[in-house]
Amino acid sequence: MIGAGIIKGMAVTARNFIGSYFEADRLTTVQYPEERDEIAENYRSFPFLLFDGADPEAGLRCVSCKICEKECPPQCIFIIQERDEKGKPIKRPKVFDIDISVCMSCQICVEVCPFDSIKMDKCFELSGPERFNALLLHKADLEKSNEYYHQIRPIEATAVDEALAAAAAKKKAKAA
Amino acid sequence: MVMHETAIMPPVKTSRLEGDILEISMGPQHPSTHGVFRMNVALAGEVVVKLKPVFGYLHRNHEKIGENTTWLDSMPYTDRLDYFCSMTNNWAYALSVEKLAGIEVPERAEYLRVILAELTRLQNHASLLGFLLSDTGAWGTPLMYALREREKILDLFEAISGARMMCNFMRFGGCRCDTPDGWLDRARKVVNEFPAFLDELDTLIVSNEILIARMQEIGKVSAELAINAGLTGPTLRASGVNYDLRKVDGYGIYPRFKFRVPLGAHGDCYDRMMMRTLEMRESISILKQALADIPEGPVLNPKVKIRNFRPPVGEGYGRIEAPKGELGFYLVSEGGVSPYRYRVRPPSFVNLTILEEMCLGHLVADVMVILGSIDIVLGEVDR
Repeated sequence: MIGAGIIKGMAVTARNFIGSYFEADRLTTVQYPEERDEIAENYRSFPFLLFDGADPEAGLRCVSCKICEKECPPQCIFIIQERDEKGKPIKRPKVFDIDISVCMSCQICVEVCPFDSIKMDKCFELSGPERFNALLLHKADLEKSNEYYHQIRPIEATAVDEALAAAAAKKKAKAA
Repeated sequence: MVMHETAIMPPVKTSRLEGDILEISMGPQHPSTHGVFRMNVALAGEVVVKLKPVFGYLHRNHEKIGENTTWLDSMPYTDRLDYFCSMTNNWAYALSVEKLAGIEVPERAEYLRVILAELTRLQNHASLLGFLLSDTGAWGTPLMYALREREKILDLFEAISGARMMCNFMRFGGCRCDTPDGWLDRARKVVNEFPAFLDELDTLIVSNEILIARMQEIGKVSAELAINAGLTGPTLRASGVNYDLRKVDGYGIYPRFKFRVPLGAHGDCYDRMMMRTLEMRESISILKQALADIPEGPVLNPKVKIRNFRPPVGEGYGRIEAPKGELGFYLVSEGGVSPYRYRVRPPSFVNLTILEEMCLGHLVADVMVILGSIDIVLGEVDR
């Protein structure tokens, strides 16, 4: 009979329409921002810099080795190394900028960092008043504490802390 | 059944178009061109007598960028080729580099790659069918059903790789990280629930008279023409050519899995559409086998350096059966930190080459259905 296929298809549509009022599986919409889905542990948005302890200046793990700057595929990281009065380089960044309007969240900076100092953030609500300076993050904007890292990625942060502690213990044993 | 007279004009290409001919430009901002794609169409009444595809609107210099960055840095850029299937793009590139440098891949990583590639195939075909039905006039509703199912798979991708579409997950010699806790169980649940959606989709499309009228006998490609034009993937198999790289090359660990390769008989739009639904059922069978026997172990070959990766001098061509067809990367190494030549063989681009032959003699409304049934993504066509 001509039209039987269409009627069968309409039955499917009707079942979906009525089902959407009763079945949780068919109710997939989340009323953002009032309701929020849980974010996956691995979710990544943009990079940030980790520091230990309470003081961002003293505890910053970054030693300004510039590996991430070289490896970044879209070249969105900009680093200038700190120097003392005599002009000798210090293992600390003077300027550390990330242009997140260029960053493509690929996580390669995190993978290549030998000091576990750059990690991926989970914050995705980043709208700013204009498109130049609001999206250029400076060192002060990027510095986040280790507690924050534990808060956003508990499993990964614990593993990183354990690995760092093991490396420190090994170094101590070697020195002794 | 055929509702209108097809093949009014003989499919002959003429350089001089005579008579009352209207030349129109479809696209690049046409909603059915799946991106920025333009076609210069010459029409006699409503019948297509000449069609010239124009593309390059999304050209991003992918190959040249690949030659100027390190080997690893090209990996996130491959995500952006066919942005529906970043996992298979990653795999194709990783496979080429592994062939070039002779890198072994651990067992668990191979299983993980198969699982992720087949999940990619499921979500690509599901959303393609949604878009195709949208092109035929079923505005929105089937597309929303398809996207609802795709969302479950994208959630799995997000949980394992951190991103829904730009996954950047595979590495030379394995995968970037292991699965999070409970991920495999979640994947099993999604895979077990997927056939219910396929049954629903079959009820919607298989016997629908409108779809049959719009798709059967439209855009026919003979097996001979399909082979000559270098078509691959479901578009080739719809013409009845048994050529699936998973069977032919047996890359990765595909020879271990039992699955069938669906074949079409007519090579028209309807066959190309049905090819996708049948392939999804085979993907589910592969996924069930892979999720049942995935072993424990490492997921990344520890011998491969992340920084300063330099493969030996030589060249390599790795290819996989991506959801759209044969996706290959041809790489030439001079032993440096970046490739000397980086060439992508995208399936969408090659499948698009016989668009004119498919469209000649059909109505202008059929052009969109034919284009939709080839399954193109402009990120991959233009690179």
